[in-house]
Amino acid sequence: MTPKIKQRLIFVMVLIVGFGAAIGLALFAFQKNLLYFYSPSQIASGEVETGQMFRLGGLVVEGSVRRESDGITTVFDLTDTAGSLTVSYTGLLPDLFREGQGIVAQGKINQQGVFVAQEVLAKHDENYMPPEVAEALKEAGAQHPVSMPKTTIN
Amino acid sequence: MMQFIHKYGSPKYFYQWSKGWQRWLTVITLLLLGYGLYQGLFVAPTDYQQGESYRIIFIHVPAAWMSMFVYMSMAVSGIVALVWRIKVAEIVIGECAVIGASFTALALITGMLWGKPMWGTYWVWDARLTSELVLLFLYFGVIALHSAFENPRTGARAAAILAIVGIINIPIIKYSVEWWSTLHQPATVAKFDKPSMHMSMLIPLLVMAFAFKTYFLALLFSRTRSEVLAREKNTSWVKEIMEQES
Repeated sequence: MTPKIKQRLIFVMVLIVGFGAAIGLALFAFQKNLLYFYSPSQIASGEVETGQMFRLGGLVVEGSVRRESDGITTVFDLTDTAGSLTVSYTGLLPDLFREGQGIVAQGKINQQGVFVAQEVLAKHDENYMPPEVAEALKEAGAQHPVSMPKTTIN
Repeated sequence: MMQFIHKYGSPKYFYQWSKGWQRWLTVITLLLLGYGLYQGLFVAPTDYQQGESYRIIFIHVPAAWMSMFVYMSMAVSGIVALVWRIKVAEIVIGECAVIGASFTALALITGMLWGKPMWGTYWVWDARLTSELVLLFLYFGVIALHSAFENPRTGARAAAILAIVGIINIPIIKYSVEWWSTLHQPATVAKFDKPSMHMSMLIPLLVMAFAFKTYFLALLFSRTRSEVLAREKNTSWVKEIMEQES
């Protein structure tokens, strides 16, 4: 290896390590700003100021979904299995919205402690299977694949 | 190692040995693509939640994997070009950038088309989507730098530096879904425990992923060979080929 080539190799390595370290530190500093949504237990521990607009993510609690009398407002509980929060949303829900499904809602908490959402997005999980397999899993008593909190909320 | 790089990277020798590779890779690509598309679009079962819409995965996921794989190939040839000044590696940077940008755009567009019905929106600024968009801009930067200089060899070196620096974005894309909360779902296949996908869907997906890889290599060989001929047009070996062909 000639000195010239060695010099260039060192230059490349310094470039990669230096830049990697700089970006790593920057991302570490902005850790919180990079979160796309907060979980209900983060809200409970006071990580978000009330009255502020933010995104809330979690699983729709089974059996908690109900329609208000106006016909288009939906109220449901959102959980991360540790904490939970009641969400109210007026408008059309995405196709994947159902009980046990992970969703991300954007809005604020009102005086009554209800999260009033302006937008609701469905968060798809990483499980793909034919309907018969999902059915079989459910019957076998295994946890329903969509409600595995570890994989849906991260 | 050094002799290997210099031998296989010499324009004339590269032009000779890559010819067979290009032909066979094209044949393999067509076979795999035909089989994978048929299996994925017609044979694989529907998804229990998404119905038929999930089938876009057979294009989206291989394209997204390739957007990162091509970037790494580009960065490695960037290092070879920068350190050993191999002409073919300099050409490969530019060709990878064009192909990689196309794969990235394909992954972004198919993702948006899937996002609208499934999530309820085409686009969100979460960590995964944003870092993938940054990757597209990195490719554009490499393409622009590669052709920004009078002397193509200077341009290749400038582009190589950007390509190498941009490597940092690859682990960010890969792990964005684990480090931060994102709307995009975490990895289905590329993870340590078993894939969260039924075999009947996983196999066509892996076939498609393999088809995309061979397609990339076939395309890369084809494009690089043309560019080698164009750059070496004044040398005796290219003139010889031209005379034979005409």
